[in-house]
Amino acid sequence: MKETLLEVNNLVTEFRTKEGPVQAVRDVTFSVRKGETLCIVGESGCGKSITSLSVIGLLPENGRIANGEVRYKGEAIHNLSAEKKRLMRGSEISMIFQEPMTALNPVLTVGYQLREPLMIHHGMSKQQATTRGIELLNQVGIPYPEKRMNQYPHELSGGMRQRVMIAIALAGDPGLLIADEPTTALDVTIQAQILDLINELKDRLDMGVMFITHDMGVVAEVADRVMVMYAGQKIEEGPVEEIFDRPKHPYTRGLLGSVPNVDDPTFELHPIPGTLPSLTEQIQGCRFHPRCLFAMDRCRQQVPPEDDLGNGHYVSCWLTREEAVSDGVGTNDEGTATRSEDAPLKVAQR
Amino acid sequence: MITLIVRRVGELLLLLLGISFLVFGSMYIAPGDPASMIGGPTATEADLENIRENLGLNDPFLVQYGRYLGNAVQGDFGYSYQTKQSVADAIAVRFPNTLKLAIASMVVAVVIGLVAGLISALRHNSWLDFTSTTFALAGISIPNFWLGALLILVFAVNLQWLPVGGLSEPFYTAEGFKQLILPAITLGTGSAAMIARMTRSSMLEVVRADYVRTARAKGVKETKVIWVHTLKNAMIPVITVIGLNFGFLLGGTIITEKVFAINGVGRLMIDAIAMRDFPLVQGSVLLVATLFVVVNLIVDIVYTYVDPRIKYE
Repeated sequence: MKETLLEVNNLVTEFRTKEGPVQAVRDVTFSVRKGETLCIVGESGCGKSITSLSVIGLLPENGRIANGEVRYKGEAIHNLSAEKKRLMRGSEISMIFQEPMTALNPVLTVGYQLREPLMIHHGMSKQQATTRGIELLNQVGIPYPEKRMNQYPHELSGGMRQRVMIAIALAGDPGLLIADEPTTALDVTIQAQILDLINELKDRLDMGVMFITHDMGVVAEVADRVMVMYAGQKIEEGPVEEIFDRPKHPYTRGLLGSVPNVDDPTFELHPIPGTLPSLTEQIQGCRFHPRCLFAMDRCRQQVPPEDDLGNGHYVSCWLTREEAVSDGVGTNDEGTATRSEDAPLKVAQR
Repeated sequence: MITLIVRRVGELLLLLLGISFLVFGSMYIAPGDPASMIGGPTATEADLENIRENLGLNDPFLVQYGRYLGNAVQGDFGYSYQTKQSVADAIAVRFPNTLKLAIASMVVAVVIGLVAGLISALRHNSWLDFTSTTFALAGISIPNFWLGALLILVFAVNLQWLPVGGLSEPFYTAEGFKQLILPAITLGTGSAAMIARMTRSSMLEVVRADYVRTARAKGVKETKVIWVHTLKNAMIPVITVIGLNFGFLLGGTIITEKVFAINGVGRLMIDAIAMRDFPLVQGSVLLVATLFVVVNLIVDIVYTYVDPRIKYE
């Protein structure tokens, strides 16, 4: 078991809005180890991006960490001064973003943008930074790196730009790489190349990776562990095999059911009904219950606690306890089949 | 770059041809007879007919226009009906004053506009922002003949800090500099306001851009985030506005020169129109049009330096 790199404990991130403070992240706890990829999964607006921005200290002006702590290599980093946070960004924790088309500055050369972190974090001269920059471009698989250094972002393809972004992120030798949907805007073939690159670099540089995505296919490619978020909360967490083979939370099952399986001709898509609640919406009990096909009275009244299912698998759902009681065993993989039959009835009752 | 300039000069020639035709045509059909202006109230019909014949005003329109063009190509823009001075000389004497005024106003507009716009954007929603946007709105709304008169009243007549008008002294002398202040502010205010508004909105937009977040994620210092990563992008639309305003400014000199009694091309033009002095009107309009096109060419060239995405074939 490798050393823990990042620890996030009971993180609450709040935004000031006209309607008063709104919690975008609600009491989320997780950790990332060296050489490990943690995938944070959820629908758009579930708080996964805000969680990552809270970690790297780039929250928008009206956002703040209202509670909890973020620790990097054992040291609290959520309450550092602005200047210390700036020096930490890029050298300890780096981030790559979703849109490679807009994430690079259009009026500065690739070389300028790549030299910047090298000069800031390693105190290199311009010349040293150029040499190292060419090495980095080589490392991320960019052909003719010398030529690329003098080019502008618009002269590169989307995949190349994302490679440049990765090179920039790696320039400061960070321990943790946050990747916020880095392949969403790319073609499928390029997507696979970028995922391979991130995987390879993670192993070679022994980085921790926090990978944010809504795509279960991508999760299967890169994740060691998976954390599922819904409406600002963590609802399930576990090793990737556990989550794929024995998903416990109805929402996780729903996410997996929303991915088409081309190998199985009888497979039918099961989209999750309804939409994500707005952040301001007050929901009593479990925040997923209005969309849950298995919701019980208890779900509408009480917030489910987090249960440890062993093997590093955690879930917050009353259903798991119910199953444990009715079946007399800890976990039951077949429990879903019987439930889905009476589910429409429950929906009708609501 | 060379092809751009060559193409633009070609376009300029076509444009000047069109403008000269329009101006010549509108003067031809405009009411008022140059002959009676020249002959004065005592002239007899025979005198007037004589003047018209001498000036070639009895020839058909196209013949007159053709003759004008033919001479113009050789650098002869005709002679003023009034003073018999050559048009080229009359403009050459006054042009430095107009250019001085236009450049001084541009300096006022760019300096005030950029500073106010930047402060507004960087202190978004503060009282500084509020004050600056209010002044910008006022600056755009106030007509400059009124502003000029007001400034003269306050600073020249009541306070007696600055001269009432004229632009006779060279600008590098203290007196010449003082003469330039009020007209430059009068003419530059409207443009300053427009530049301020554009700078503010452009900065506010770019500050939210993904690449600015990327810069912060790299650990770039906040001052550098603003001055390098944000400003260079935000300036692109501002440069367009500056270029366009230089055109408005050239037009604006007509009124400002009148208000401040400055002996420039603008005043020459307006007096020439009143006197139906056709050659002078045509000459000055062509000059202003040429300047406008040249300024736009310069803006286009500056673009290629600011925005690498722009390439001219």
